[in-house]
This record gives sequence, structure tokens and C-alpha cells, in this order.
Amino acid sequence: MLILYCPYCGALAEETELVYGGEAHIVRAGSESTDTEFEAYLFHRKNPKGVHFERWRHALGCGKWFHAARCTLTMEVFGTYSAQTPRPPQYICDAIKFKYPSWSWK
Amino acid sequence: MSKADDSPVNSSNTGFVKIKKLPSQGMISLRGNLSSDIVRQSVYSAVSLELPDIRKIKVGAICAICWMAPDELLILCPYAEVASRVTRMQSDLKSVHSFVVDVSDARVMFCISGVRSREVLAKLCPVDLTQSEFGVGDFRLTRLAQVPAAFWMQNAEIFNILVSRSVARYGFNLLKSAAQKGSEVGVF
Amino acid sequence: MNKRIDRVGRLIDKSKILRFSFDGVSYAGYSGDTLASALLANDQMFVARSFKYHRPRGIVAAGPEEPNALVGLAQGSYFEPNQRATTTELFDGLTAVSQNHWPTLNFDIGAINSMLASFLPSGFYYKMFIHPRSFWKYIYEPLLRKAAGLGKSPVDRDPDCYEYFYYHTDVLVVGGGISGLQAAKRAAESGARVFVVEQGTYWGGRSLVDHAEFKLTDHLTTEDVIDQFVKQLSGMSNVVIRTRMMASGVYDHGYVLIYERISDHHPTLGGPRHRLWRVRARQVIFATGAIERPLVFAGNDIPGVMLASSVRDYLMNYGVACGNRILVVTNNDSAYLTAIQLKKFGVDITRIIDIREPSTSALIETAKANEIEIHFGKAICQVKGKKRVRGVELCDSTGRADLEYVACDTVAMSGGWTPTAHLWSHCGGKLFWDEQKAMFRPDNARPPIGASGKRLAFCIGAANGEMSLSKALLHAQEIGSLASGEGGEGKKTNIIHYKEEESETPILPIWKIPSNAGFNLQNKSWVDFQNDVKVTDIQLSAREGYESIEHTKRYTTLGMATDQGKLSNVNGLALLADALHEPIANVGTTTFRPPYSPISIGSIAGEARADLFQPIRQSPIYEWHSNHGADWEPVGQWHRPYAYLRKGETVFDAVNREVINTRQNVGLFDASSLGKLMIKGPDAGKFLDKMYTNMMSTLKPGKCRYGLMCSENGFLIDDGVVARINEDTFLCHTTTGGADNIHAHMEEWLQTEWWDLKVYVTNLTEQFAQITVAGPKSRMLLEKLDDIDLGGEKLPFMSWIDGFLNGLSVRVFRISFSGELSFEISINSANGLRIWEILMDVGREFDIMSYGTEALHVMRAEKGFIVIGDETDGTVTPQDLNLDWAISQKKTDFIGKRAQERTHFKDPDRWSLVGLQTLDGSVLPDGIYAVEPQNTLIAESEMIGRVTSTYYSPTLQIGIALGLIKRGKDRLGEVIEFAGLNKRTYKARIVSPVFFDPDGEKQNV
Ligand SMILES: [Zn+2]
Repeated sequence: MLILYCPYCGALAEETELVYGGEAHIVRAGSESTDTEFEAYLFHRKNPKGVHFERWRHALGCGKWFHAARCTLTMEVFGTYSAQTPRPPQYICDAIKFKYPSWSWK
Repeated sequence: MSKADDSPVNSSNTGFVKIKKLPSQGMISLRGNLSSDIVRQSVYSAVSLELPDIRKIKVGAICAICWMAPDELLILCPYAEVASRVTRMQSDLKSVHSFVVDVSDARVMFCISGVRSREVLAKLCPVDLTQSEFGVGDFRLTRLAQVPAAFWMQNAEIFNILVSRSVARYGFNLLKSAAQKGSEVGVF
Repeated sequence: MNKRIDRVGRLIDKSKILRFSFDGVSYAGYSGDTLASALLANDQMFVARSFKYHRPRGIVAAGPEEPNALVGLAQGSYFEPNQRATTTELFDGLTAVSQNHWPTLNFDIGAINSMLASFLPSGFYYKMFIHPRSFWKYIYEPLLRKAAGLGKSPVDRDPDCYEYFYYHTDVLVVGGGISGLQAAKRAAESGARVFVVEQGTYWGGRSLVDHAEFKLTDHLTTEDVIDQFVKQLSGMSNVVIRTRMMASGVYDHGYVLIYERISDHHPTLGGPRHRLWRVRARQVIFATGAIERPLVFAGNDIPGVMLASSVRDYLMNYGVACGNRILVVTNNDSAYLTAIQLKKFGVDITRIIDIREPSTSALIETAKANEIEIHFGKAICQVKGKKRVRGVELCDSTGRADLEYVACDTVAMSGGWTPTAHLWSHCGGKLFWDEQKAMFRPDNARPPIGASGKRLAFCIGAANGEMSLSKALLHAQEIGSLASGEGGEGKKTNIIHYKEEESETPILPIWKIPSNAGFNLQNKSWVDFQNDVKVTDIQLSAREGYESIEHTKRYTTLGMATDQGKLSNVNGLALLADALHEPIANVGTTTFRPPYSPISIGSIAGEARADLFQPIRQSPIYEWHSNHGADWEPVGQWHRPYAYLRKGETVFDAVNREVINTRQNVGLFDASSLGKLMIKGPDAGKFLDKMYTNMMSTLKPGKCRYGLMCSENGFLIDDGVVARINEDTFLCHTTTGGADNIHAHMEEWLQTEWWDLKVYVTNLTEQFAQITVAGPKSRMLLEKLDDIDLGGEKLPFMSWIDGFLNGLSVRVFRISFSGELSFEISINSANGLRIWEILMDVGREFDIMSYGTEALHVMRAEKGFIVIGDETDGTVTPQDLNLDWAISQKKTDFIGKRAQERTHFKDPDRWSLVGLQTLDGSVLPDGIYAVEPQNTLIAESEMIGRVTSTYYSPTLQIGIALGLIKRGKDRLGEVIEFAGLNKRTYKARIVSPVFFDPDGEKQNV
């Protein structure tokens, strides 16, 4: 069972205090999008064995949504950060690259 | 604002700590930019307290301020004084994006007292309750078994606990069951 | 016959005699005994029947690895099956019964399976019971179900209570043997928080049995060192040490479940019986020891064949001699200790059978010096006896030479040791096969990983495969230092080097004896005692193509019993490797899964039982409902009054009475559980335009609007009335079940998509009680109470006003879900009950009655109003419910808009909302499906819709229903068929969903 630092309130929260929100950094396809774009936005999700970016909410706490970069295989957490960003911060990308040199963001 | 709720006080002395449901507590929710001077000043003029640090509670003579979220405080004050304080803060903060509202009836407050009160909460909350990790001045939002809750310490032996009004009975029964005699743990 | 020996028995107190009973016979034991040691002391070796063949089985081990000695404990509602006698502490009055036999342990009809053994090989059930297909359900399965199962389930509710405990620590040490204590002490000296748990009742583990008097230093014996460790650790404020604590599972990020047995050994103590610790540890040290392996030979399951180490345990810990004449058989040195200790206390050791070639070592020489007969290069051909060992037939280790018969009543066997690496494996640690030591050991190069990506756990001592005491202690100091965060290198100082014991002769890995045993012997050689798996079963599985150990496990059930193969796994996979002609390393192990040993279901539930099973949410008016005949309906976690039963009334009567009275006079309804979300900020209108399908930003302050919310996938998720409070504030009502979800939904969009919007959402659901006053006399009632003008001009339909009722501050909404003239009064919760009682009191002259959720539902169905969760199921759109009017065409975006533009959403064949009326006025069954017969078979008909709500309408005195029907909007007047249960069909006419007052005249007065 995971334990994650909430970047908003600094609490070390365990999984039962959190709500999972699926893959992070999905860009919303709005009213102008094509059927294909909209389908991808609504349904297509990664399911990697390895580094993954995901959304969590500190629901039984400060109530804020945040993002976590996690390895789905080893459960290593590279960091948690604000949900209000289109891409992971550089220090998290660096931490991942340090562990998996061939990894790159998108 | 009408006068306080007179519903019978629930209390229990049968366990290894004392459990009490406290009489109505005035509570004000404030949403706003906590780093802005105007919010800080408005709160100070309403309750004469500085803002608490992150995940802390600031306690004064009759009021207290709990840090709920980066943009949210819960202000505790006497039940009868809520309306006037709300009005005052609302008018102070008229010009900035903020929300001040009376939430006194939305939650109930319990108090557990005794040398082993930490143990009671450690049975129900997934939080590190070791002395070095949680003490007077700390404030934690978490869950109490299956319901959202918040707690802090009045002193080394007394915890105050907030839960939603609708689950007051569940919360009381939980605490009572966790404090039953013969279930002392003896680790803190 | 008493098997106690004088001058020995470290754990028992002979001054305290305890009485207990087994299968109705009364016996005596001592304080400190386990049930197993007390049974052995009373010469009760045969204690159980095996699972499949019902063979007589005896006590084999002395700890949680015991496969045979499972008993039922206690009586009545306290009865619990499958308890291990070896880990059950004796107490005065303990009652135990043996299992898996009928009618008695001694004479068991089911033992006939044993005679049929050659017809019941592995896979027998799969092969046999598949033909004919139809027999499975009615003949085979009921028969097999009856025969299967271990022990009996208790029938009564468990009267005990249980609890959790959340605990955090820097270093968790699992296992209170000498290595664990050493590592804990070292880690604690650095100041780290250290938590040491031991599954048993005492500290020191095996070393107290095996090396108690060994001089670790010039002055200190092993026992002295352990005493010192315990004393030091107990005195440190950063250390907690506890016994009766079994780590049952290790999970991600240092999460460890520990099972504490609080009062099993002391049932009259009061308080919880078990406590499940939910521990978070930064680092975990496994000092879990090792478990001795049985040897595999014919008749190795006959009562009296035991692990050599447990024979030692019973002697040294409990002062019990397991037999009168004991034979030791081994492939390694450790069993020599058994012979030496037994000899020392005067027990008759007939001889040591050592499968290895003649050699020498300190232990072998000590045995010789004690005049114990040693026979090298020999083996047991087979054990003789049925319910107790009578003797053994010996041969040479390959099985060739002439047989020799030796009489004995106990065989102490040792096949080597297996490090207890279960917990290490739970959290991802890997193992490797150590050829020289013939054991699977934790692979330190591939440890479990924690949240930080760094090493989470370590194995030390015998759990690490280190059988030398001095080397284990040295390693434990290093690991203790490392785990505490001191860092490895700098702290190599202050390490104590203990005296090394003398070396042993290496083990001879041998997986069945004699090595050339034929089929007949192998067919009596047991690998898994609890599940009755023999050598020949594993060979059969290999022949039938099950090359993976995971497949063999499932085909033969090897290691799948409640002991999870603690004794059998390594022998089993070595035998499979042998049958496949593969090295053991290539076959690998099966996956270890929690729990390490079974834990009680009660401990898993913790406090969540009876009235704490789940939270029940209560409105501020709950007590009143409770005192006035409320028949409760669970709605989410809320308990709401379904109807208020009067004396002699059925629920049906009460509902009809409440509906009619509300339509004719006035009714009072507790709507407090409805969600109330306050939305405030300069962008509140803009935000709500995105959240709702309607245009909310155009709503005027003082007005209300019915709003719909969709998911991004276009489906309806919630509805409710939105009231605009002022320019930048809106109050959004949600459904009862929706308050928390919709609050979270709004926060999600605000925080993760439109964080530029200046909006705060606050959930005020519990701050306010809300009471509906509905019916033609509702306005008259309210006007009695105070001076608010509730007239149609001042407060028209779909508007709200603030004021006072009887001096209490209220907000009154003029909205209606019943179709009547209706007001919803919102008041702070503390005054909810008070205003309710005033309304009931003053309303008496208007014949007021409270009404429950069912009357509400009947009235809304009469009006054709939908309910989220009845008319919707997550695949229904507003358009399906004829709610197009509530979908703004002007807005460029709202949640669900893009989704609703997809072709399927515009399909004219979609099911849409209609009213349904049976031809004879009866009530349609709930949830039944409309069918369009394709031919005479109902089963092949096309489903064209379903009933979503159905009620008896006391107003219209007929059954009415709402349903979703294919092309429903175009089929008004058509009669369609519904398929009920038992092949019954119902006919109903499609009508308008608004059955009552279609022009809304009643609510608009
Ligand atoms: Zn947080």
C-alpha cells in the first residue's frame, strides 16, 4: 500500500487517505475536437510497466489534487508535484533519468 | 444566530480514557489567499491571532485557527459570536476573492482525555502519533476509521477531534470501542 | 502415560497445573505449555486425520510450520476450527477437538479413501468429474462439497472483538531470536525508532534450545547475551519490543501487517482478542530464522515421525520426551544435537542413521563420546506402524543392502534447513539456490525496494541462510547499523566479534530416501502432509507435462494447504527438478503470498462490525423520525425514513396515507441529506455554465433553476435545483448520494483544468437542515408562523427568500418535487429538529403528516419527474429523459457537450423515457424488460426497454410506471410486452410520463 507526500500540505498520506485519478497530463479535447481526438482524450490511457505519471487527490486531508511520478514495477516514487502544470518539473525528470538513462518525457 | 444546540452531551467514563462530546463550537470556514496581507489582517482583527503554519493550529484564549489547506482556514470561536465575526470578516474581505461562512453546525467536536489518549486515535487513524511526530500545536486532517476527521492536542493528554455532524454517533461509538478497558497498547 | 523429564523445560512452570480437554478426555499440563507440548506430555501423538486420505497424523513440528496438528478450539459461539496445537498456548479450561474424521479420530469411515489411494492420484477429480457435463452441478459438486473442507465452520456470530493499530517506526525487526535482538540493539544505539516483534512468547529463538550454554565470549553464554539484549532493549525509550506478534504480510512502501494475539491464551482477560498492527517501517530487518525440512521416505507421515529440531524443542522448552525409544535420521549435522540432548536427559536413543558417508565433525565426535550409535551410509527403507511408529526397516542409502528392522516409537528426522524468506518475498525480494548449503537463500543483490527506490529490507541470521552463530551476530551488527541510517562504512567500529563455533560436515542434499526407492515405497513417501501429496504425485505431474512448479503446485495441491508448504515446498520442487532432469535453480520457487500464517477474519475486519460495520449518517431530525415509527431506508450511508408506520399499519398502507394526505392537506418531509454546495467567486457563473448543461450565469439573484450535470462522457450524473444567492454566489443542491461526489467532481475540474477561475466551493450539506412543506395547505401553515410574505407575487414558483419563522432565521425555497404547492425551508442544523416540531405542532389544525422517501417517490413518479439512479444508470443522457429543454444550445462548452455530439447519442433507436400503464391497472414488477418477440421463444426476443420506476398510485388508484423504451417518444399509445420471472408476461400501454396534473396547476397556485 502506497504512501505519498502531499505537495500541498506536506502530510505523508497513505493510500486510504488518497483518491486515485488515473493518468496525469491528459490534455482535454474540447468542443472543436474531432471524433478521433475526443476518443483518445476520453478513453486512451497508458498502462506502462515502468515510469508512470498519475493523478492523486489528498481527499481525506487538504483536498488538493497532485501528481506523482512512480515506477509501476518497483513502486519507487520519483516525486509528487502540483497538478496545475502541463508537464512534470525538471527535477523529477532528472531523478527518473538518473535511474533510467534511456527514459525521456514524451 | 440562534442560541446553542442543547442536545444531551454524550460522554463515556467506562474506558481507559474519558470521551466527551463537547457542546456546540463556533466554526467559521475561510477560503482565500492565505499569503495576502488583507486576509491575515482580517483574521487577526476578528480573532486576535496570527495565521497558523502549514498543518498547525494556533490557539488563543477563546479562539483558535486551524490550517485546513493552502487556501482554507477553520476558525474556532464561541458559538454565540460566530455571526458577528463572520460579518466583520466578510466586510473586511469584500474587495478580494474570498469566502467566509458559518459552518458551526456542520461538525461536532469530541474530546478524549487520559494518558493513553494517543493510543485511542492510533487505533482509528493512519497517522504517526508518536510524541516526536505529533504534539501540541499540530493539526491533522485524516480519517477516523471510515469517516473524515481532524484532530489536535489541547495538552499532552487531551485530544480534540472533529467529525461531520451526521456521523456524530458513529464517531462517538468508535472512540468508545477503541478506549475499552483491556485494550491498552502501551507503546507511546 | 506421563512423558515429562525432570530438570528440563525452560518455558514451563511445574508449580502451575492447567486442566484441559482433548476430544472429551481431560488432561493436565503446565503453565507455559502449548497444546501440542501438553498433548505430547500425555502421550497423545496421534491428533488428526489428513485432508484427502484421512490417514492418521501426529504432531510433526513445534511452531507455525506444523502441518498436521490442527484442532477445533472452544465451544459454542467461540468455536474456531483449524487452530495449530503447536502455537496454541495452554490455559486452564482449554477445550480442543480433533478434526476431519467421522465418527471418531480412532475409527474413521473416511479412511477408506486411504485404501482407494491408488485410484485417487493427482488430477483425479479433474479427469473424473468432467463427464457427463450435466452431472457436475447436481451430483458431483454437492457430493464433493460435503466431503471437502478442513474442520467445521463456526455457525454463530463471533462474540469477540478486534481492533487495528497504526504504528510507524524507523526500523522494524521481525523475529526475536538472537540475530534479531542483536540487530535491533545496534540500530537502537544510533537513536533510531526500533520496533522488534516476535511471533512466539519468548525471546531468543532457536539459539536457546541449540546453543544455550555455548560460550559466546569468555564470560557470557548465549543465554546471558540474549538476557542482556532484552534487558537493554526494554530500557531504551526509542525501542518497543513485543511478543505474540506475527508479521503476516509485507506490502509496498514498508507497510507490514502484524497479527497480535492478545487474549487467546487468556480468554477471560476481556478487551480485544486480536489486534492487527498496520505498521509503516522505513527499513525492515527479517530475522525470521529457518525451518527444518522433513526427509522423504516411505511411511514418513505415521504418527511418531517428527522433525529432529522439534523433538529438541519439546525436550528443552517443555521437558517432554516425544518417545520412549527414539531413532534419529539425518543428512546433516544439526540432528546430532537432538540425539546428544536426549541422551543427556536419559532418553533412549536407539541410533543415528546418517545418510552421508562416514565423516567427522565436532558434533559427530560429541555424539560418539556420549556413546550414541551412529550408522553412516544408511537409510530408512520404510516406517512400520499405523497410528504410531512401531519400528523402521533400514537399508543402505541407495536402498540395495539387506533390510534390518529396528524397533522404536519415534523417528526424529532432519533434511536440512530452509531460511524463512516468506516475508522477504512478499515485498519483491528474490531468492537464489545455494548449491553448497542446499537451500534457497535471500539474494542480497535483489532486495525489496522502498518508496525512495532504495533498499527496503534485509535478511539476517538463519533467515539469511547463515547457520553459524558468530557469523550471524557479526552480520546482524552490520545490518542493524545500516538500517538505522548510520551508513555502512563508518560504523564498523565497536563491532563485537564473538567466538566461533566449530565447523560442521556439509549437508548431503538428498530428496528421497533411499535414493533408488521403487514405486511402492515412493507411493508411501509424503511430501505435503496436510494436503496428502506424495512423491509419485509430483512425478505424475511431471509426466503429464506440468513443467513449471506453479503448475505442479496447482495440479497436485502441493503447498496449497493452510501451512502454505512451509515444510514441503523445497522437497517438492527438488523432486520436480529431479523428475524433469533439471537443476533446482531452474525450477525455482512458487510465489509466497500473505499471510505468513493464517490470521483471524475478525482481525481483518478490526472494529468494523456490528454497529461500527459502517458509518450511518443521521439527519438532525433523526431522533424524531425514530420516535415516530420510521421504517428506515438506507440511501448511500444515510438512513432516511421510508415511511412512518402507525399502529397496525403496513408499509404499503402508510405510504398511501402519506401520499393522499400530502395531496389533500399538507405533508412534512426531511430533505436534510440533499447536498448543498455553495459556489462563490467572480467566476462562479462561468464555472457553473461548464458544470451544468443549463445556462446558470443568466439566473437572476433570488431565483432557482433545475439543473443537470453530465460526465465528460455525456451521461447524466446528477440533478438538482440551483439558487442564485447574489451576483457571485450560487447554492447548488445535489442528490443525497451526490453531495460528496459532486463536491469532489467540482473540485477536480477547478483544480486540474480551470485553475484560473476564481471560484471557491464549500460543502454546506451538514450545516443546514432542509424541510419540505408540501400540499395545498402548506402556505396557510407557514403564514401562521410568521410574517414572511409567501404569496405568489412575492415568492413565485422557482424563487427563494430569507426570513424568520417563529423567530428562527430561515431561507425558504419555493420548489416542488411532488407537484404540490411546496416550500423547502433551510435552517441551521442545530435548529432543524426545533422547527420540525413547531411545524408538526402548528400544522395539526391543517392535518399535517410527515411523509417518507417512498411517498416522495410515488408523488414524483405521478408527475413524471426522474430520479438519478432510478431513471439513470450511467448510460442515460438528458435527451433520453426528454430533458432537452435543460440543455443549453448557446454555450460553446460544458462537461459532456462534446460527447453528446457523437453519432450514437443521436441514434433514433435510443431508449427514451415514457410512462407505462398496465391494461388491468396492476403494478408492473420493478426492473423488468420489455421484449419484442422475434418468434415464439421469449429467450430469443429483442430487448427493447425496461421499467425504471414502478408504483401503486393512491392518487390515481392504478399502477403507474416510468420506463426507458426504444424509440419511446414515437410510440405513444402502443401496447408492449414485458417478460417477467417464471415466464410470465405483462402488457402495458405507452403513455405520457406525466400521470398527474400535467399543466402544473397545483404547484403554481
Ligand atoms: Zn494535502
